Amino acid sequence: MDFMLLIFIFVIAAFLGVELISKVPSQLHTPLMSGTNAISGVTVVGALAMCATQFTGSLGMVLSFIAVVLATINVVAGYIVTDRMLGMFKNKGAK
Amino acid sequence: MYLNIAYMVACVLFIIGIKKLSKPKSARQGNMLSAVGMLIAVVAVFFDNDVVKSWDTSNWLQNGYLWIAIAIAIGSVIGVIWAKKVKMTKMPELVAILNGIGALASAFVGFSEFLKDNTGGNAVTAVSIGLAILIGAAAFTGSILAWGKLAEKIPGKAIVFRGQNALNALLILVAVASIVLFAIPSLDVQIKVIAVYVLCAISLIFGVTLVLPIGGGDMPVVISLINSLTGVAVAMVGFILSNTVLVVTGCLVGASGIILTLIMCKAMNRSIGNLLFSGFGSDKKTAGKGGSAGAEPKSISVEDAYVMLESASSVVFIPGYGMAVAQAQHAVKELSAKLEENGAEVSFAVHPVAGRMPGHMNVLLAEADIPYEQLKTMEEINPTMPTQDVAIVIGANDVVNPSAETDKSSPIYGMPIIKAHEARTVFVLKRGKGKGFSGIENELFSRQNALMIYGDAKATISSLAGEFKAE
Repeated sequence: MDFMLLIFIFVIAAFLGVELISKVPSQLHTPLMSGTNAISGVTVVGALAMCATQFTGSLGMVLSFIAVVLATINVVAGYIVTDRMLGMFKNKGAK
Repeated sequence: MYLNIAYMVACVLFIIGIKKLSKPKSARQGNMLSAVGMLIAVVAVFFDNDVVKSWDTSNWLQNGYLWIAIAIAIGSVIGVIWAKKVKMTKMPELVAILNGIGALASAFVGFSEFLKDNTGGNAVTAVSIGLAILIGAAAFTGSILAWGKLAEKIPGKAIVFRGQNALNALLILVAVASIVLFAIPSLDVQIKVIAVYVLCAISLIFGVTLVLPIGGGDMPVVISLINSLTGVAVAMVGFILSNTVLVVTGCLVGASGIILTLIMCKAMNRSIGNLLFSGFGSDKKTAGKGGSAGAEPKSISVEDAYVMLESASSVVFIPGYGMAVAQAQHAVKELSAKLEENGAEVSFAVHPVAGRMPGHMNVLLAEADIPYEQLKTMEEINPTMPTQDVAIVIGANDVVNPSAETDKSSPIYGMPIIKAHEARTVFVLKRGKGKGFSGIENELFSRQNALMIYGDAKATISSLAGEFKAE
C-alpha cells in the first residue's frame, strides 16, 4: 500500500509540474532549466542516507560516497549559477 | 515523523520556488527558496534514525557523519568553483555536465541498493532499482556526449549509421528483459547479478546511441529531454528508498524537462520521434531551391550600413548561436544604446530555439544589461516586422530562413520563423559565405532587401557603434 501511495504522489506531482512549468515565459527557460537541474540534485538526500548507513569501505559505501560528491556539485553549482543568471535580468527602471 | 515534516516543507519550498521562477521579478527569490528547501531536506537526513545510530559506533571510521561531511565538502568546493568560473556563453555545456553527474549519482544510489543483498528486495523495489540504473546511466552518458558536442570536443554533426533504430530497439529490449529477470523473486541470485551488470552496460551504451544521431542545432531539445530523464531517475530513487521528497521533486523536474522538450519541438515543427530517430541534418544534401535561386547575395560595407542605421527609426536585432560564439552581446548592447540615443526604437527578437539551449539568447542579452522588456518573442515581433526599418541578423540562420514558409522541399518547411525578410532592410552578419550548421541554403540572403556584412560579428558591431561615436 505504501507503494501505491508513492505512485499516487508521483501522478499528482506530474500534473502539478505541468501546471507550474507551462506558465514560465520563454525568456526564463535557461534559468528554469538550470534551476530544476539543481533541484534534481535532491538525489543527494538518497545518497546521503545510503552513504552514512553502509559498512565503511564496502563497494556500496564507496559508490554512494561518490554519489554524494556528484549530487552536491550538481546542487551547489546549479543554484549558484542560476542565481548568477537571474541577477543579470533587469528591467528598464533598474538601470 | 520530524523527517517527514522536513521533507514536506522542502517540497513546498521547491514548488513555490518554481512558481516564482515564472516572473523575472520574483525569479531570483524563487531560486533562493528552492535552495533553502534543499538545505532543509539535506539537514533532515542527519536526523535519520539509521544515520544517528552510526554516531554510537566505537570505530570512528564507521561514523556516517564523518563520510557525508567529507563528501559534501568536496562537492561544495567543486560546485562553487564551477559556478563562479563559467562564462555565460558556456551555460549549455555546464547544464549538460551538471545534469550528467546528477544522473550518475542517481544511478549509483540505485546500484548501491542492489549491492546490499544482490536481490533488490521485493519486486517493486527491484524494478525501481532497475529503472534508476537504466535512466540514470543513460542520462549520464547522453549528457556527457551532449557536452562533448556543445564544447566541440567531438563533431557536433548528427552521426547516423544504418540499423540505428534497430540497435536502439534491441538495447531497450535487453534492458527491459534484464530488469524483469532481476525482479522475479524466485530466480537464482547469480542470474540476478548478471542481469544487473548487463543492464548497467546496456544503459551506458543506450545514452550514447540516443544522443549520437542528434545534431548540434537540435541541442536545445536534447538538453531538455535529458534534464527530464534525470528527474525521472530521481523519482525512481525515491521509489527505492520510499522517500516522498525524491518522488515529488523528481517528478516535477521530469515534467519540466518534458514540457521544455515539447516547446522546443514545436518551435522546430518536429515531433520527438522524428527528432530522436531520423538524424536531422544528415540527409539534406537536397537543400531547397530557394525563391530567387542563383542570385548572389549583396554585401555591404560597415560605413554604408551605418548610413542606413543612422536614418532608421526602428531596429530589431535577431541573435543566434553565432552571437554566442563571437561573444558579441556586449558590443550589441553598445550599438543598441547608440541607436537609442539616435532616437531609434530598438528591440530584440528571440526565437525559441536560437542558441544551444532554451532561453540561451535571453541570458546572454541579460548579461549585457539589456532590459528584458526589450526582448520580444517570435509571436510578439512578427506582426511588427513590416514596420521595422532595419533587422540585424547576428549569427542566426535557419530561424530566419523564409524557405520554411515558402519552399515545400526545404527540410525545415513548416518551422515557425522570425520574419526578418519582411523588414524594410535586413543586415545579415556572417563570418563567411558558408552555410549554417544545418547546411541549408538560406533564401533570405539572396532577397532584394537583404545585405550581407561579412566578418566577425563582434568586430562588425563594434565598428558600427564606433561610427556613431565618431559623429
